[in-house]
Order: sequence, then structure tokens, then C-alpha cells
Amino acid sequence: MSEGRRFCTFRLDDLLLGMEVAKVQEVLRHHNVTRVPLAQPSVAGLINLRGQIVTAVNLRRTFALPARPERGSPLNVIVRTESGAISLLVDEIGDVVEVGDEAFEPPPETLSDSERTFITGVYKLEHELLLVLDSEAMRRAA
Amino acid sequence: MEEVDDIIREFLAESAEGLDQLDRDLVRLEQTPADKELLGSVFRAIHTIKGTGGVLGFPRLETLAHAGENLLSRMRDGKLMLTAEIASALLALMDALRAMLRSIGDCGNEGANEYGDLISHLEWLLETAESEHVKQSTLPRRLGEMLIAKEAATPEAVDAALQAKAAGDPRKVGQILVSEGVTDAKTVVETLREQAECREDASSTGNLRVDVTLLDRVMNLVGELVLARNRILQYTGTQTDRGLLSTVQLLNFVTAELQEGVMKMRMQPIGNVWNKLPRLVRDVAVACGKRVRLDVEGSETELDKTIIEAIKAPLTHIVRNSIDHGIEMPEARAAAGKTEEGTISLRAFHEGGYVNIEIRDDGAGIDLTRVKAKALARGSVTPEQLARMTDREVLNLVFLPGLSTAEKVTNVSGRGVGMDVVKTNIEKIGGTLDLQTVGGEGTTLKIKIPLTLAIVPALMVSCAGERYAIPQVNLLELVRLNGDEGQEIELVHDAPVYRLRGNLLPIVYLDREFGHAEEQSSRATHIVVLQADGSAFGLVVDAICDTEEIVVKPLGDHLKSIPCFAGATIMGDGHVALILDVPGLARKASVMRDGSGAQQAAATTSVSKQGEQWLLFQAGSRARMAMPLSFVSRLEEFPADAIERSGDRPVVQYRGEILPLVPVAEALGGVEQRETGPAQVIVAHTGDSRAGLIVTRILDIVDDHVEVEASGSDRGLLGSAILQGRVTDLLDTHALLQTAGARCGSEGARA
Repeated sequence: MSEGRRFCTFRLDDLLLGMEVAKVQEVLRHHNVTRVPLAQPSVAGLINLRGQIVTAVNLRRTFALPARPERGSPLNVIVRTESGAISLLVDEIGDVVEVGDEAFEPPPETLSDSERTFITGVYKLEHELLLVLDSEAMRRAA
Repeated sequence: MEEVDDIIREFLAESAEGLDQLDRDLVRLEQTPADKELLGSVFRAIHTIKGTGGVLGFPRLETLAHAGENLLSRMRDGKLMLTAEIASALLALMDALRAMLRSIGDCGNEGANEYGDLISHLEWLLETAESEHVKQSTLPRRLGEMLIAKEAATPEAVDAALQAKAAGDPRKVGQILVSEGVTDAKTVVETLREQAECREDASSTGNLRVDVTLLDRVMNLVGELVLARNRILQYTGTQTDRGLLSTVQLLNFVTAELQEGVMKMRMQPIGNVWNKLPRLVRDVAVACGKRVRLDVEGSETELDKTIIEAIKAPLTHIVRNSIDHGIEMPEARAAAGKTEEGTISLRAFHEGGYVNIEIRDDGAGIDLTRVKAKALARGSVTPEQLARMTDREVLNLVFLPGLSTAEKVTNVSGRGVGMDVVKTNIEKIGGTLDLQTVGGEGTTLKIKIPLTLAIVPALMVSCAGERYAIPQVNLLELVRLNGDEGQEIELVHDAPVYRLRGNLLPIVYLDREFGHAEEQSSRATHIVVLQADGSAFGLVVDAICDTEEIVVKPLGDHLKSIPCFAGATIMGDGHVALILDVPGLARKASVMRDGSGAQQAAATTSVSKQGEQWLLFQAGSRARMAMPLSFVSRLEEFPADAIERSGDRPVVQYRGEILPLVPVAEALGGVEQRETGPAQVIVAHTGDSRAGLIVTRILDIVDDHVEVEASGSDRGLLGSAILQGRVTDLLDTHALLQTAGARCGSEGARA
């Protein structure tokens, strides 16, 4: 068995999502978001990350989930991509988990198209499933 | 020629550095005269200057350097020791070389001074060096010495003056000498000027070559600093701590200076590009068989290096175009009563944070009828669109791809690629173009470009809770609506317009374009008048905030496809604001509004000229009125007894609906005319309003260009125009239907 891979996990509605630890630059509390008119619905807007302008992606819209309930503001997971950083808006941050390759499966057929586009695969954890996000796909078309 | 220019420039820069190094080496050599290595390096440096100077055809420079080289070669061979005297002479040589190089850089030649004295002094030193003879340096620096050399003062008088000064006399040596009557003021002033020039020579060569990428990085950092400064300024606006405030003030000041300094580092005179034009003008003129003179003004105007690079090709193209298309053949010019030699003048100047470049020729001007014919032939515009265009718009057609008015394709121009590329390139760097032409007198192209790309002055506006930055280059003026009569936004066939000093200005609502606030018909109070593609339009925003220097930052991949934004910036409070791309916004706005592109083409510019079909009619005492046929649904005739009343308004049953009627003469404030016969009714519609207009008589339908004269105070009238050679009142159909409260259904087109 090869060495396990480490994922930074976060929650979105009742989904458990993961991103490779090396790709996550930082996690930020609420940031003021500047809306961008005429952008795709999944673009939440722009945030100022220490002088760098970063596009924030509303993951709930990407995954066609209902809008966020009133309580609590989203967290920004800043992800490094080939062309600069993007920010993913999530509900909660989870632990960093280490999973072995034997638990990996390609995205199941039952996922919707929008989900399959942004997910490279699924890790079967003890109690639930971890969906692994594709950061480059996120960058290309949120 | 161009290559040689580059070589000379390279030579000047290298020599300047070499001479600085020589200065330092010579001084060191004075302390360690036996240092062979140092001597060798000094010798080689002079030798290089001599050699290159000779190759490039600067004989005086070569001779001068040669004299120094001879002396140095003796020293290198150990036949001569460096004395203070030789060192002074060599340093004087450096200064002389520098002056020559400067003259080459400034005016292309070595200058008139042959430095014969210096050369003979160097030669004399070479001959008599072994003898311990001491002589004064030939290029004295002190005023007293210079005066003595000029024989304007005796050494004794200068000594006396120097002693007086040393004894505490507060006056300058020159003043003392003049007051003692030793010499006259004029001589002293002249000598002082020479001395100052001498010093300038010595200091002006302090050049340093820096990697452009490093400069870019420093520039970016300064951009960040500007943002941080803006934030602190905003934050401390509410503070009262004196110490903090003065520190912030200092920070503000230093940041501004730093920003200016860094900008200056990247600046280059536009002359760097222009220097290549005289040759180009000559070549093109010869190829075309024309005689052309090039006038240049303001070549010292400085621009950011990246912008200099970006305008190189467009400028060359424009000048080439002017000669090939603009300037006529000598015979034609003579026949037109002009000098046979055509003139192209280039002018550059700074104005309000922008650089203006004007390229003017005194040629034949652009033939609008030929532009029209060409545009039609190429199918770039439809005849209807063309009929509606103003001269200015027609002129701007030359910027369309594939449009060339040259009769034949030459190897110079006329292939139809060019002006569109010029326009694209200029717009890419945030610039604007303005073309003006006068038949028979010439053409002027004005280019306005920002000084730098990284930091731009912008107007901040707000709309639907967000702030947006509008680059000042696109800004014409700001209009505040105070809600007075005639101070409102009106509709021309669904297209909102505003009367700005008698001209109709097409209006774009920013909130609507951005899909905010559809139903909430926000009351417009601020119009930002913007310029894009040579035509103006008004942008309605919620509020106008402030002007600010903003640092342009690119947008991420997700947002690059939206045409309305040129980038984003970070505001003083840390918020991100989007930068509007005005040409993009204008294009989007005209695409968005219903399908009628032709209507739009008319609306995006002045609507005062229209080629349209008009319905002529008579209403009571107004014998001749007109309304656009496009507002007319049908012409009907209703018997008097078919007209009923609803409330106090006349109505008629029409196709199963109740059609409100408006007696036009009465609505315009005339006397109500009791008609006994059947009523002539124009069934009119604008947007979602419909009503029947009762008129006295239908006269005609005409197709004509209409020049609307400024409207009088009459309500319900757009103004007057000349139709078929007669003065005709133009009915403001929209206003009339609105006053009739004639709303029926909502089948009208809502964008």
C-alpha cells in the first residue's frame, strides 16, 4: 500500500468535500465580497486577499444546492491554481484527513453532471464519503 | 539610418559609463601611479571611445581621445609617471569628451569646440613630461581662475577678493570683484554661466542601467503602497491624534513623491519613437512622388516605456497613411493654391494626466462620399444606417476593418489593414482616438493616452450598492438632474435619451445593464457623460463618489469573458471595486436593447439627424405637424357619434378595446375645435402606451432627413424641423401619450 494522501476537508450542506492539503493556501473567516454583475451565477464575487484580487466561488451554486441558511457566514478556502488563487465559499471547515489509495473510487455514475465535472473521485471514509474537488476545473468554470 | 541611431545611442550610453569609470580610475591612479592593471583599464577605455568614435564618423572626438591615448600609452609603457598635472589634464579630457558626447546626443554632432588648446596641452605634456614643469590646468573650475584665464581680472585682485571672503566677507567672490571695480557684472555673469555648464557636464552622465522587470516589480510595490496609503488616509479621517495625523501626512507626501519618482524612472521621451520618422517620411514621400516636410513639436514629452513600445507601430502607420492618402501630388497642391511641399506635423503634450499626440497633415482631407461608397460596397453598413449617420460617424468608418479609401493598393498602404489595427492598439492601452478632417485642408488625428498603465485616475460611482471605477480618459462631464421641467430622461422609440444642451444624448442605465433593479424604476439623478468610439452616451448611476488614483489589477479566468470590465482595483477601505470598460459597456448596451440595431445606431449618437419616414398632419391652428411614422399603427376615421366619454376623457371603441383619444390641438394648448364631421384619428403607440390622436387633417407621408432645431418651450413638441422645405412642428408623441394616461396592457417590449 502506498503512502496515504492528506486532504483538507470542509462541509457544504451535507456534503463532505476535500482538497489536497498542498493546494490549500489558507482558510479565512468572512471577507467582504464585491459582487460581479453579469458573471456566472456560481461566481460569488471578488475578495481582497492582501492586495491580490481573488475570485470567490459560491460552491453551493456550483453544486446546485439550496442557498445558505441565514445563520453563520461562509468561510473562504483559498486554493492555489495554475493561474493564481481562487476562494471557495464553504459552510464549515473539517479536519485534515489521511486516506489510503485503496479507499478511492472514481466519481459514481449517480452524481449529477455538475458534480461530476468538479470531482475527481470519492474516498470511502469510515462513516461517510469524501468528495475530492478538482481545483483546476474550479478555476476554469466555477 | 535607424540602426545607426541605435548604435549611436548605445555608444553614448556605454561611453558615458566608461567615462564615469575613468574618472574614478584616474583618481585612484593618482594615489597608486604604478598600478599597471589600472593603467591598462584606463587605456583600453579611452581606446574604445576613440575607436568607436572614428567608426561612427566623429573625427573631433577621435582626435581628442587620440591625444589622451598617446599620453596613456606612454604611461602604460612606464616611460611616464602620472603627475597631478597629467591627471588634471586627463580629467579635463574626460570633461571635454563628455561635452562632445552630450552634444552628439542632443543635436547629432560633436559641437563646434575643437578643444585645440586641450589637445596641444596634452601633446605638450607628452613632450615635456620628463621635465618637472608645472603649468596651470587648462580647464579651471573656480570663478577666480576662470576670470584670470579670460584676463578679465588680475591674479592679485582675485587673491585679494578670496582673502576678503576668507576674512568673513559674506559676499561672493564675483560680487567682491565687481564692487571693487576689477571687472564688470556682465563678464562675471557670463563666466558663472560657463562654470555652471561645466558642472552640468560633469553631473549629467550619472546614468544607471536597470532591468525593466525590476522596475516593474518596484512599480507594483509602489502600487500596493498607494493602496495602503489610501486606506490609512481613509481610516485616519476620523481620528484626531495630532502625532498620528502628521505622520500620516508625511506618509502621504512621501508616497506621492515615491510614486512620481518611480513613474519617472519608467518614462522615456516620445522623441525616441519620433526620431525614426524623418527617414520614414522621406522614403515614403519619395516612393509616392510627393514632397513632404515633417514638423515635430514636443518630442521631449515623456511616456511610460510600455506605452512608448505600444504606440510605435500605430504612429508609423498613421504617418505613412497621411503621406500616402492625405498629402496630394505636388501638381495638385499647386493647383489648389498650396505650397508644393506638404507638411505633416506631430505634436505631443501633457494635459491632465494624459498625453495628447496630434498628427496633422495639410493634405486633401478624407473624402466622405468615398468612405460611404466603400463602406456600402463592403457591406459594412446598410444604406439606411448610412443615411442616418452624422459626418463624424461616417468618418469613423475608416476605423472599420477592411476599409481603405486609397484608390489603388500601393506598397505603402491601401491594403485595408491598418486603421482598425491602429484603433485596437491605442484602445488596448486605454487611449482614445479622434479623427477630424476638413475637405481640401487636411486631416488631424488626435490620440489621447494615459501616462502610465498601472495607476490611472478614475471616477468612482456607485450603483446598486457596489462601487465602480470609471477611467477618467472616458469621462466627458457630469450632469445632475434637479428634477426641473425638461430636465428629464425621455424616450425615443423605447431608447432613453437626455437633452444635453440641445443634443440628444443616449442614456444607458447601469443598474439595468447589470440586471439589478428591474422593476424599481429608480429616479435618475446623476448622469455620467462618457465617450466611447468617438460618440458620447450618458450613464445613469445611483451616486457619484469621488475621483481616486486606482491601481489596475487583472480579473480572474471566470470573469475575463465579461466585456464590461477592464479589471478591478482595491479601494481605500479594502473593498474591491470593478473598473468599467466603457467601450465594452457601450457595445453591450446597444446590443441589449431590442433587436433593432439600426435604431440603436441612431440612438448611440446624436439623434438630431434622422432619415426617417414622417407623417404630416394638421391639428387646429397648427397647419403643419409631423410625427415619426414608426409610432403610427393605423389611420382611422371615426363618425362623431362613435366618440364616447370615459370620465372626462374622450374614448372610442376600437377592435374590442377602449382607445383613449387625445385631441392634439387642445393638448398643445390650442383652442378646442368642435368638429361636426367624422374625426380623423391617428392610432399611435409608443412603448406600451396607445392612443388615438384627433387631428384636423392628414397631409402626407414624407421620407426626409430631419434637422431638429432646439425646441421652444411648447409642451408636447420635440421642436421644429424643416421638412420638404417648410417649417414643421415635431410632435412629442411619447409625452402626449403619457399625458393621456393612455396605458393599455403591457404587451410592449420591455428589454
